[in-house]
Amino acid sequence: MKTVQLSDKDGTQLLDEQDKALISLIQSGLPICSRPYQSLGEQIHMTEDEVIARIQRLQETGCIKRMGVIVRHRELGYRANAMVVWDVPDEKVSEVGNCLSQFEFVTLCYRRPRCLPDWPYNLFCMIHGHSREEALQNLEQMIGQCKIESEHKVLFSRRCFKQRGAVYQPEADSEFAGTIAAPRQTNGAR
Amino acid sequence: MNLTAIEKRLLNEFQHDFPLVPRPYAEIASSLGVSEEFILEALEKLQKAKAISRVGAVFTPNRVGVSTLAAMAVPEDRLDEIAGIVSEYVEVNHNYEREHDFNLWFVLTAANEEHLQDVIGDIEENTGYKLMSLPLQEDYHIDLGFNLQWT
Repeated sequence: MKTVQLSDKDGTQLLDEQDKALISLIQSGLPICSRPYQSLGEQIHMTEDEVIARIQRLQETGCIKRMGVIVRHRELGYRANAMVVWDVPDEKVSEVGNCLSQFEFVTLCYRRPRCLPDWPYNLFCMIHGHSREEALQNLEQMIGQCKIESEHKVLFSRRCFKQRGAVYQPEADSEFAGTIAAPRQTNGAR
Repeated sequence: MNLTAIEKRLLNEFQHDFPLVPRPYAEIASSLGVSEEFILEALEKLQKAKAISRVGAVFTPNRVGVSTLAAMAVPEDRLDEIAGIVSEYVEVNHNYEREHDFNLWFVLTAANEEHLQDVIGDIEENTGYKLMSLPLQEDYHIDLGFNLQWT
């Protein structure tokens, strides 16, 4: 019924059940132990070699964007994190998006739909700075270098209520339910 | 947070291309000139200190399952309560307060569109506030992690 969809560009490639089981497991992170792939494999009846080969294929086919240490900016001194949203003419949004993405302090840059009348913005990026001043200087640099004349808004982050890896398979739908989802919990405000 | 030179390198140099070998932490250790045990302990310490959320994979949006960015405008005095309700959903993976009338922002992921829409409806019903859903249309950023600058 509820299956993981892989909307590959040519629409032909699908994930098999073992891929889905593996994805469910690695969503919450790799174990920190000497043989993490073996440890993952033991939970889903897969050899260490097969786990490695499948992760490699998920990377090659673009399902996995990157794998490694996932850092938390705020705890590492980046106190000023903001979502900057722009109302860019549709015909220019790709050009501006590609330009914004080059900056080192940008971690995400997406086009999303406007939601009128409440929300006229169609381009979103996340910027990071040690202070608000630094973040705003970074923003000025982007505006200047990308020659942006579009209206924008800066939505600084205040509290983080929750940060974790994505869970694509809801607990109830997975035969490996016990292993994929951490107990429901609310992180305290910082 | 006080970090050692090795910890800083561990945070900056291994955000992508995590080794796909039987003992990946040993490979990292050898490139940093320390023992595997040292790396395992350092990662556990960094995780406890919340400097890293995990060692893991970032999935390309909408390749595996579906996702959307959701926003709600919640009165200030009810924000804690509503944010708490939202965070309880296993489908929510980031949930932030931001400076705007739309002050609660979170990412929703699900295995398919039907389930995603069910969760949106459920959140609106449980919180009593309307949810603005802004699904991704194009991704411009090639994610190679973040070059941390130490101050």
